[in-house]
Amino acid sequence: MMNYFSPFVLPFVLGTFVLLGICVFKYIRWYMSFDRVQRSKVKKNILSLKFLPAIWEAILECLFHRKVFRRNLVLGYMHSSIAFGWFLLILVGAIEAEVCIHGSKPFWVAIFYRFFVHEHPTTTSVVFANIMDALLLVVLSGVMLAVIKMVYSKIVGMRRVTKHVLFDRFAKFSLWFIFPLRLLAESYTAAYYGNGGFMTQALGNLFAPIYHEYVEMAFWTMYSICLAVFFVSMPFSRYMHIFTEVFLIFFRRMGVTEGDEKTGYTMYELSACSRCGICIDNCPMDKQLGVQGVQSVYLLRDVRYKRGTEEVANQCLMCQRCSSDCPVGLDLMTIRRQVRTKESALDASGNYSYADNIQAFNSVGRVLYFGGCMSHLTPGITESMIKIFEAVDQNYWYMDKNRTICCGRPLLQQGFLKQAKDLRLKNQSMIIKSKAKLLVTSCPICYQSFTKEYNLPIKVMHHTEYIAGLIKSGRLKLRKDDLKVVYHDPCELGRGCGIYNEPREVLKSVSTLVKAKYEKEKSLCCGFNLGSTVLTMEQQTKVRDAAVESLMDKNPDLIATACPMCKKAFNHATTLQVKDVAEIVAENII
Amino acid sequence: MRKFGFSISQTRSIDLDQIDFSCLDELREAVPTFMVCINCGACTATCSAQQFSDFNIRKIKTMLMQGQYEGLAKQLDKCMLCGKCTLVCPREVNLRNSIVNMRRILTKKNK
Ligand code: SF4
Ligand code: SF4
Ligand code: SF4
Ligand code: SF4
Ligand code: SF4
Repeated sequence: MMNYFSPFVLPFVLGTFVLLGICVFKYIRWYMSFDRVQRSKVKKNILSLKFLPAIWEAILECLFHRKVFRRNLVLGYMHSSIAFGWFLLILVGAIEAEVCIHGSKPFWVAIFYRFFVHEHPTTTSVVFANIMDALLLVVLSGVMLAVIKMVYSKIVGMRRVTKHVLFDRFAKFSLWFIFPLRLLAESYTAAYYGNGGFMTQALGNLFAPIYHEYVEMAFWTMYSICLAVFFVSMPFSRYMHIFTEVFLIFFRRMGVTEGDEKTGYTMYELSACSRCGICIDNCPMDKQLGVQGVQSVYLLRDVRYKRGTEEVANQCLMCQRCSSDCPVGLDLMTIRRQVRTKESALDASGNYSYADNIQAFNSVGRVLYFGGCMSHLTPGITESMIKIFEAVDQNYWYMDKNRTICCGRPLLQQGFLKQAKDLRLKNQSMIIKSKAKLLVTSCPICYQSFTKEYNLPIKVMHHTEYIAGLIKSGRLKLRKDDLKVVYHDPCELGRGCGIYNEPREVLKSVSTLVKAKYEKEKSLCCGFNLGSTVLTMEQQTKVRDAAVESLMDKNPDLIATACPMCKKAFNHATTLQVKDVAEIVAENII
Repeated sequence: MRKFGFSISQTRSIDLDQIDFSCLDELREAVPTFMVCINCGACTATCSAQQFSDFNIRKIKTMLMQGQYEGLAKQLDKCMLCGKCTLVCPREVNLRNSIVNMRRILTKKNK
């Protein structure tokens, strides 16, 4: 049996064990600090079939980076060439070692194969050498792109790249150096033994006149050290995402979700962020206001290294653009909320006792209508809804006609958890006591709250969904006028609740709908979202103006939206009329 | 229904030399717009919490400016953070932020 040992493999072997040790330790510790709900989800689903789609998803996302491809082809290629390319290098290398070497061998042989195996070429070994060269070329091209991206990010379609901390940069360079060093080492060996593929052999032939055994050893040693440095820095740097994302996908498929407080699951999420910076590009805080260092990528990093501050967390509109852009699908909004959670705000007993004695109206057979606080500042919307209810002879109870108990989401978003819950319970008990079967609301913030944060036994609809249903069933007859209307997707309704089509269907039946420059998931925030308390009016107007401008693309006659907040925001920003979908419908009832 | 009518206020005086402005100073720094309020009362009129209770955001503002901190923290807890006040303010005072900060500053002071 051949001797498969040389001192240069030591750094690699040590690095591998350190990496595995730290990872296992971290993953177990994080899992141990899941909260009760999260752990019960895992226990319940760990043996179910939910695993199968997770495997496929992990391949698509962690290796192939499908979502990054969707965003930009070159960026997708960059990520996937390094990840998938490297994975294949390891896999094919292992197969090669398995096929070509009979008998037992240490695991590092696959990594340093060309150094140890260089007998006379056979067809199999030539084929393998060429495949491995092709794979290495792919990875190298990815690294090359990454280098170019650092100075010219437009090449991958990004406005900005993440500003990394020193340690991340160190880890990044050690990763980048792995592949050129591998190329050098393999080529240098090929120079003497002629065992290279098309690339390594060509380069090797150049080296042939200056071949020296010590230099060969030096290259392989550097390659091994570089691998070791990367492995050891991996668990502490952004590259921890490589393994963590896989775990995250499995946990997510098991139904684990982020809770109110930071747990071990949050650590999985924080570490699954690759700091790719995709969340920076379209963040209004950066794009419209030039505020840097507050985007999700930075917040997650700070929280992971225990430096997260409320100041940074507060600098955000909670427009959810980053979470819809994030290729890893992290729950960025909840993590931000966790940082905002106020310790002093945890006692809320009796704050809202003033709203304790509100009577619910027996609404059997009626529709429950909840305008929401903001709709009271836009009475046109609530009046239109009443007109619509009356037009279809629908009995209703306008539950917050005179006084509104806020849905609680604005408090929740600022980290006042107990207070928010207090309000939720008050509204919830009123809704349940009313015995109605359907709740319609005009405020997307309330809608998101009712559907996601409340525990309601009845159906909840945003008024655009409700109206769309009335039109479909023929209960509501409308005349179509020839106004050109553009629709603005409110953050909370669109990205927040995925309601994109109903408002459009409704608008199509009363007007001519034209496209906005950015639509649906890509819609711009109106700037007046309740997610931030610290933005100044000038900042809010700047964000708003960008949103209005993007709506003007096709010269519409009217701006339609489906949120009282957006309507209020746009009202002063344009000479065009701004109307809620409900208002346009109410005007066109036959 | 709340009772309307008149009642006789207790005599009271504020000694301007004795006022502790520390909270106000801190608040001014956190929310500069706090100082441009013209006391028009639009915020109070629209306030959701006011519709249920004696919560009066303008009164709280005035008391804070006069250095009268007693009971303010408890009062502030009644706010639902709904944001209507900020939206109607003609002077663009960031009231929501003021409220969050007042809460923070007063809690710290009461400790
Ligand atoms: S949060 Fe998502 S989009 Fe932002 S850097 Fe992390 S992985 Fe990328
Ligand atoms: S929620 Fe919106 S404002 Fe906040 S970080 Fe994400 S993109 Fe930026
Ligand atoms: S979400 Fe907004 S409009 Fe709806 S109840 Fe709460 S504050 Fe009011
Ligand atoms: S609405 Fe604005 S200016 Fe008027 S009292 Fe309230 S804070 Fe002051
Ligand atoms: S945010 Fe608070 S003070 Fe302002 S209107 Fe709402 S409940 Fe009233």
